[in-house]
Amino acid sequence: MVSFRGEIVAIKDLPLDEYVLKGHAACPGCPITIALRIALKALGKKTILVIPACCTAVIEALYPKTAFNVPILNIAFEASAAGASGVASALKMLQQKDITPVVWAGDGGSYDIGLQALSGALERGTNFIYVCYNNQMYSNTGIQRSGATPYGAWTTTTWTGKKERQKELAEIVMAHHIPYIATATIAYPEDLFNKMKKAKEIKGSRYIEILAPCPPGWRFDMSKTVEMSKLAVETGAWVLYEVVNGKMEFNGYSKRILEGKERKPVEEWLKMQGRFRHLKEEELAKIKEMLDEKWKEYKKLYSSETSPDK
Amino acid sequence: MIFIDTANHISALAAKMAKPHVIAAYPITPQTTIVERLAEYVESGQLNADFIRVESEHSAMAACIGASAMGARTFTATASHGLLLMHEMLHWAGLARLPVVMVNVNRAIGPGWNIWSDLNDSLSQRDTGWIQFYASSNQEVFDNIIQAYKIGESEEVMLPVMISYDGFTLSHTSMPVEVPEQSKIDEFLPPFKPAWKIDVENPITHGNIVPPEPYMEIRYSMQRAMERAKKIIEEVGEEWGKKFGREYDLIQEYKCDDADYVMVTMGAISAEARFAVDELRKRGEKVGLVNLRTFRPFPYEKLKYEKMIVIDRNVSPGLGGVVYHEMKKTGKDLYGFIAGLGGVDVSYKDFERIYELAKRGKEGWYPLEVK
Repeated sequence: MVSFRGEIVAIKDLPLDEYVLKGHAACPGCPITIALRIALKALGKKTILVIPACCTAVIEALYPKTAFNVPILNIAFEASAAGASGVASALKMLQQKDITPVVWAGDGGSYDIGLQALSGALERGTNFIYVCYNNQMYSNTGIQRSGATPYGAWTTTTWTGKKERQKELAEIVMAHHIPYIATATIAYPEDLFNKMKKAKEIKGSRYIEILAPCPPGWRFDMSKTVEMSKLAVETGAWVLYEVVNGKMEFNGYSKRILEGKERKPVEEWLKMQGRFRHLKEEELAKIKEMLDEKWKEYKKLYSSETSPDK
Repeated sequence: MIFIDTANHISALAAKMAKPHVIAAYPITPQTTIVERLAEYVESGQLNADFIRVESEHSAMAACIGASAMGARTFTATASHGLLLMHEMLHWAGLARLPVVMVNVNRAIGPGWNIWSDLNDSLSQRDTGWIQFYASSNQEVFDNIIQAYKIGESEEVMLPVMISYDGFTLSHTSMPVEVPEQSKIDEFLPPFKPAWKIDVENPITHGNIVPPEPYMEIRYSMQRAMERAKKIIEEVGEEWGKKFGREYDLIQEYKCDDADYVMVTMGAISAEARFAVDELRKRGEKVGLVNLRTFRPFPYEKLKYEKMIVIDRNVSPGLGGVVYHEMKKTGKDLYGFIAGLGGVDVSYKDFERIYELAKRGKEGWYPLEVK
């Protein structure tokens, strides 16, 4: 079933067009190709991907081949948003206004090394979509800590678990007053598809962050990627929302949590991942405390957005 | 038409007349008046370009790369630390074979902060795959920028081009410059026809992982392009001469034919050296001057004089003057001097002195070691 706005309600409604082709180099169970496959179904043929150093720069296949059926401009790690600014300007000047430039970058390239270029591009109102697929670490280089790595998580640069809290890039992005921000994850393909589709129709800077559970990085079985994504949402470790012109709206299971549905204990999500295997009781308690605090914030936002004054 | 203006305003004017689609730039002393003027051109509708006011020079070059990869003509300008911040993306533009054109206003590198001229900023970009021009007058600045597009965009070349000139000495000094009619510039410089571009109808992946053997081929192809660029620079310089009366080569020779010694310089100090040659000639000294217009590709085969005095306004610590050492490939007698770093004035008197020192077989840092 397709709604009048082009929104879909089930996986079977996804367009049959495929832009992520066979022969790509992703690991088994990789969430990135799942996310990109859905995203490109929504974005269509007239899309240009700008890809910095990240897993996708490997997945896209070895020269002279390509595994994606849209053109790709690879660019240096910290430069994707700036490179895409150039692409967007050229599209404007060369009268190719029906083409969407899309940055497809990891959390390392977005939260950390590419944050300046991203902030600059958003502040300039660059007409593009910036997608951060967040696997909560530098995965391409072999599982190192990033600004998106959660507290307590093992990585190859935090052997005893990360001592600091992750930052919230989507909230930093909100401070740029752009017309569209959304979070998503691959467990809800129709939600991801609809958000991509919606982003495509909007002019200006659009930001979408997709949680991408990584089997080798998070230390879980490759058959559990979707389950891991779903549980992240159900335990509140990941939250689904949209911010349209500054107005925030929670979606899916996250919205239901705010409406009173049970938030599953976060241990259920943590215990499935080898990267949290070493957690001490007090560390687990701290994770739960931080999560509760975060959900109090969400509750406050939810109440203010749904109050009758609005 | 004759304009009397600074090299920075002349740069902006030349960039405007080359009709770039996209300009991405970040302000830095002493380049700022270029971007200010370009912003004015764009906002007043005199130039139909998109001006991306980026948040850093690194992003300026990344944006130029993105736009150029789409088939747009691009321009940027920077100086000193800005150029150093771009370094990674300079390599990227070179290896991507994108004919971005950039002005670099030469300025010393800190610490300590120093806004005056030397050439260490651009010479540090030696191996990035950029064609490098140096100008010794505002007229050369104008002429080099327009020619840079034609050279870089040539299908036989497809390389980015940097035009450098000394901060303040040229950037903020007004000189008369002959500026041709726009229609004549348009005749000389046709619209950009890229050899490759990002196109949704032909979905290629540019810049993905390359195995060792094809990577080496990419490097080899770049070297060959630099070699071909020598011929293209000569051809374009000759065509410019026919059209506008000022012919250009890889080097500019002055009173070299019967010279026993030839001084070799680059940038604004060449104008002062030229005056020194005239003074020395009055005293019967058989001395000439070579001004290096291009540093990359390096025109060593043109440097055929037996005794050459090389004055470097730069230094590669642990080696010496960059140009001096590169010229060793010529196999001629060379006398190397390092002078004028951080904006130290090098007047025609200094050149006369350097000439006398070289004649006595001396070389070194002037005036710290030899004077």
